[in-house]
Amino acid sequence: MATNKPDYDHLSSSGPKIPPMPWFGMDIGGTLTKLVYFEPCDNVATDDEVETLKTIRHYLTRNIKYGRTGIRDVFLQMNNQMLGGRTGSLHFIRFPTSEMMSFIELAKAKNFPNLADTICATGGGAYKFETDFKQEVNLELHKFDELDCLIKGIHYIDRNNLDCECYFWKNPGDPKLAEKTPFDFRDPYPYLVVNIGSGVSFLTVRGPSDYKRVSGTSLGGGTFLGLCCLLTGCETFEEAINLAADGDSTKVDKLVKDIYGGDYTSSKFKLPGDIVASSFGQMNLKDKRELASREDIAKATLTTITNNVGSIARMCAVTEKIERVVFVGNFLRVNTISMKLLAYAMEFWSNGSMKALFLEHEGYFGAMGCLMEYIRSGHHLNGLPNGSR
Amino acid sequence: MTAKSYARSINLPTENAFKNLQTARRFAIDVGGSLAKLAYTATVHRKTSLVSEESDDDGSLYQVSDTDETIVRLHFVKFETKFIESCLDFIQQQSDATKSPLREKCIKVTGGGGYKYTDLIQEKLGVQVDREDEISCLINGCNFLLKNIPDEVFTYQRHENPEYKFQAVDMNVFPYLLVNIGSGVSFIKVESEDKFERISGTATGGGTFWGLGSLLTKAKTFDDLLNLAEKGDHRNVDMLVKDIYGGAYSTIGLKGDIIASSFGKAARSPRTPSQSEEHNFKEEDLARSLLLSISNDIGQLACLYAKLHSLKKIYFGGYFIRGHPLTMHTITFAINYWTKGEIQPMFLRHEGYLGAIGAFLKGATEEDADKYSWEENFAGSSGLAHPKPSRQVLSTTDSEFDKLEFDRLEKNLLPCPLLLDGDSYLPDTVDLTQDTLAREYWLQCFKDSIEKQEEQAIKSQSTVDGAEKRAGQFKHKYLDRLETLERNPCAYGSLNVRGLLDMRSHCLKEFNFTDPYSQQKQFENEQALKHLPKRLKDLDALDNTEERTFALARGLLAGNVFDWGAKEVAAIMEKGDFNFEDAESKLQDRPWLMDNYDDWMKKRSCSKNYKCCVIFCDNSGADIILGVIPFARDLLKTGTKVILCANSKPTLNDVTFQELSIILRFVSLICPVIGKALSEGKLVAMASGQGSPCLDLS
Repeated sequence: MATNKPDYDHLSSSGPKIPPMPWFGMDIGGTLTKLVYFEPCDNVATDDEVETLKTIRHYLTRNIKYGRTGIRDVFLQMNNQMLGGRTGSLHFIRFPTSEMMSFIELAKAKNFPNLADTICATGGGAYKFETDFKQEVNLELHKFDELDCLIKGIHYIDRNNLDCECYFWKNPGDPKLAEKTPFDFRDPYPYLVVNIGSGVSFLTVRGPSDYKRVSGTSLGGGTFLGLCCLLTGCETFEEAINLAADGDSTKVDKLVKDIYGGDYTSSKFKLPGDIVASSFGQMNLKDKRELASREDIAKATLTTITNNVGSIARMCAVTEKIERVVFVGNFLRVNTISMKLLAYAMEFWSNGSMKALFLEHEGYFGAMGCLMEYIRSGHHLNGLPNGSR
Repeated sequence: MTAKSYARSINLPTENAFKNLQTARRFAIDVGGSLAKLAYTATVHRKTSLVSEESDDDGSLYQVSDTDETIVRLHFVKFETKFIESCLDFIQQQSDATKSPLREKCIKVTGGGGYKYTDLIQEKLGVQVDREDEISCLINGCNFLLKNIPDEVFTYQRHENPEYKFQAVDMNVFPYLLVNIGSGVSFIKVESEDKFERISGTATGGGTFWGLGSLLTKAKTFDDLLNLAEKGDHRNVDMLVKDIYGGAYSTIGLKGDIIASSFGKAARSPRTPSQSEEHNFKEEDLARSLLLSISNDIGQLACLYAKLHSLKKIYFGGYFIRGHPLTMHTITFAINYWTKGEIQPMFLRHEGYLGAIGAFLKGATEEDADKYSWEENFAGSSGLAHPKPSRQVLSTTDSEFDKLEFDRLEKNLLPCPLLLDGDSYLPDTVDLTQDTLAREYWLQCFKDSIEKQEEQAIKSQSTVDGAEKRAGQFKHKYLDRLETLERNPCAYGSLNVRGLLDMRSHCLKEFNFTDPYSQQKQFENEQALKHLPKRLKDLDALDNTEERTFALARGLLAGNVFDWGAKEVAAIMEKGDFNFEDAESKLQDRPWLMDNYDDWMKKRSCSKNYKCCVIFCDNSGADIILGVIPFARDLLKTGTKVILCANSKPTLNDVTFQELSIILRFVSLICPVIGKALSEGKLVAMASGQGSPCLDLS
């Protein structure tokens, strides 16, 4: 039970310090906005709270879809959580950042703004949309650093998800034998976090709050989706992933054997013939372009981005002398292809010394961390100038 | 093997493309996916002048006669791989015609495309194909260039002046990281001549740029794609940090204009209607975004590998680079970004030939490339202005081909051991790549003097057939080179007056004018020698040491007044009123432009005499005989040993080692001081190993 656990995150009740309901954490990324909502179920609410929670329950926790594009990931819901002295459930909701203005309209329509005067946000959008929140719905956006939130969120969710948050892929190279397997991540340090959102950040984590961003790349989930939209005409991430699932990237890529007729062997080293020598390497030829389907191209895009992230992750891990690499971010959502590829690449290129790990709540850690910061900041937040912590 | 599929209905290349095939040996070929590079060595026979001391009735000092000279030259020719069959046919035709080439039983073949063409090469040339490992050829070739060719290496900064910064030959070549960006990318760590390792690779390379670019745009070729990228703006396609944050993400130091997500803006947002959206993105912007994402990615990996292996030098090469300013710019940007400016990526002028050079060297160990010095032949080599092979690669003019030629020097040249710091030594004082005004001035000077050079060349071979035609060819070639330099001053490395003179000399030799001034020099030497007794007598008449020393110094300068070009000097001499004092009177009063006479005088008078003095000689005639020799004689008198250094090979009116030796013997008949010093070894003539009008001690 959560109640018996030590208070790692300093989130226990401390009387008047607890902030007023509702408790939200929001992470506004380049592509997706992630929202974590804590719904208390402990029947200790005050009258004011009851009204507030009723309004929210009426819309937010009764539905699983909001507007055209908002979705609540019900399977990620965490019940019986104890936060700030309250017991309740954590709900995980997402919608495209491009829909932010309709989200604000919706919030207005549902009378949410009257329930609070501050909302906590992290991610770049916390800065970008600050004035919109203020002008449209008179909400103060209280901003927290996204990497701080990410690391805190990972630690909280990993410790409190009773169904086991962390897993790895057994036999990732074999489509038939590949198997998602729980991983005991209780003693995590040091580890490398690879957060694949629109872009990618690489962070070393050596202690609960000891982390450092060591690198980044602009070739991330946004690149995958952007290129797929341009190349296949698809419209959503899910569609792109589904296309990729049916594709064959060898019709698009140039393999070592396409150049050398087989393996490349020399006295110095050897490259197997079926390794990709050049991503999209056949697409400069008209006849090959005509033979490649939308699915093949989506698959090639996915593998190119994934392998590249894998290479940089591996190099960062080697340089930092770290063996466990945790991949998070919404790029991995419904994307077992990439997860298996990453798992296989890490294992293969490190001769088994490195392990790729994954977390169930893929993209929600920043939002979770943000919610935690809100609770921790307590009542003080409302009186403090924006941005200070 | 479907050999027919390579055939094109094109004309065979002319002899200009594959020069000197009659004497060609040791073929090697590097067949890349797009470009093939053929390498071979050939001997070039040409006339040069020989000075000999045969006694003659006409009273001349020495005789100038023709002699044969054989130059060993390495040839490299680049052409598009799809023309390989025509090129092989041409080589075969030539060999049938002259019954000489391909004496070897095998040809070295390397490169990724090599295996596809093995049968074709074997069948066409009737030789055994000997495959060589691609990466080891690459490294071999790279080491050869790094060790032999000045200004081979450069850094590139797009918005600086000059954009190209060239580096002298580095004595400490190793270790380095070579990043070869072909269709894929190889990262190779090189620790010594034989020790190298491909530490990694990535599939996101030139092929990705071309392939994805072909899907995203209508560009037909790699270079079309680059041209599109040149005009594009990635900010319309990429999601920048400021697109997410509204500004910078300052807590971790990410500036607002850093790319957060390449192609991030192309990710369709569900709200906007589909279909129409594709048309919102311009091909130019997509190409630019693609180029940046790939360059940044390769740069990032290169930096990670360099850091992991503690490598400070990173060289970039491969089809993706090919001297294209834009790709060099994006790679440089990426490396500067990832290393916070600590590492400057370096590029090679001849990176396209690395594999071919390496393969050639592997097949020619007996060529002893290591034992000789090699010189880039500017007459035969295309400059950087030809980054891409022309579409009409097999047309009739040789300028369509990208070529590279190295001449083997007779000896292995070493830097002058007296140089204090070889690494920081720069032989030239004015960098014409940087100084636009000086460049325009000098290029114009050389253009203006072409006619005179042409005339001189014809005159020097007035009795030889075809001299006029060849002189015309020289003029055409040199003008072409000067025009290339006007377009890209960095086409042949750092641009300086020395290089322009060397280039002219190479062009003259290319058309068999090895020593157009030989008779002129002979005439001037004879005239000057006649004036030597009086000159010495006048100097000896000066009792006051200070006065005499000053007269000697003025003499050194006055000798150079005769370096006006042969025409004026000849006119004066022919009029018979040749007078060294006249030349002296034309000298400016002190202080001279560069004047350290007082310092030198002070040193001379208060310290002990010099043990040894090295004088690098310049012009024939009055300069050497009436200026330098009296000066040397004065030093000899004070017990100083004197070494007179002269060029090994003729250039302009500079005195050569051969000529100097003869002059000294005649001078010793006139002057006993010189005669004694010569016989006692106190006065020595030395050959500098060079053939350039300007001094380069490195």
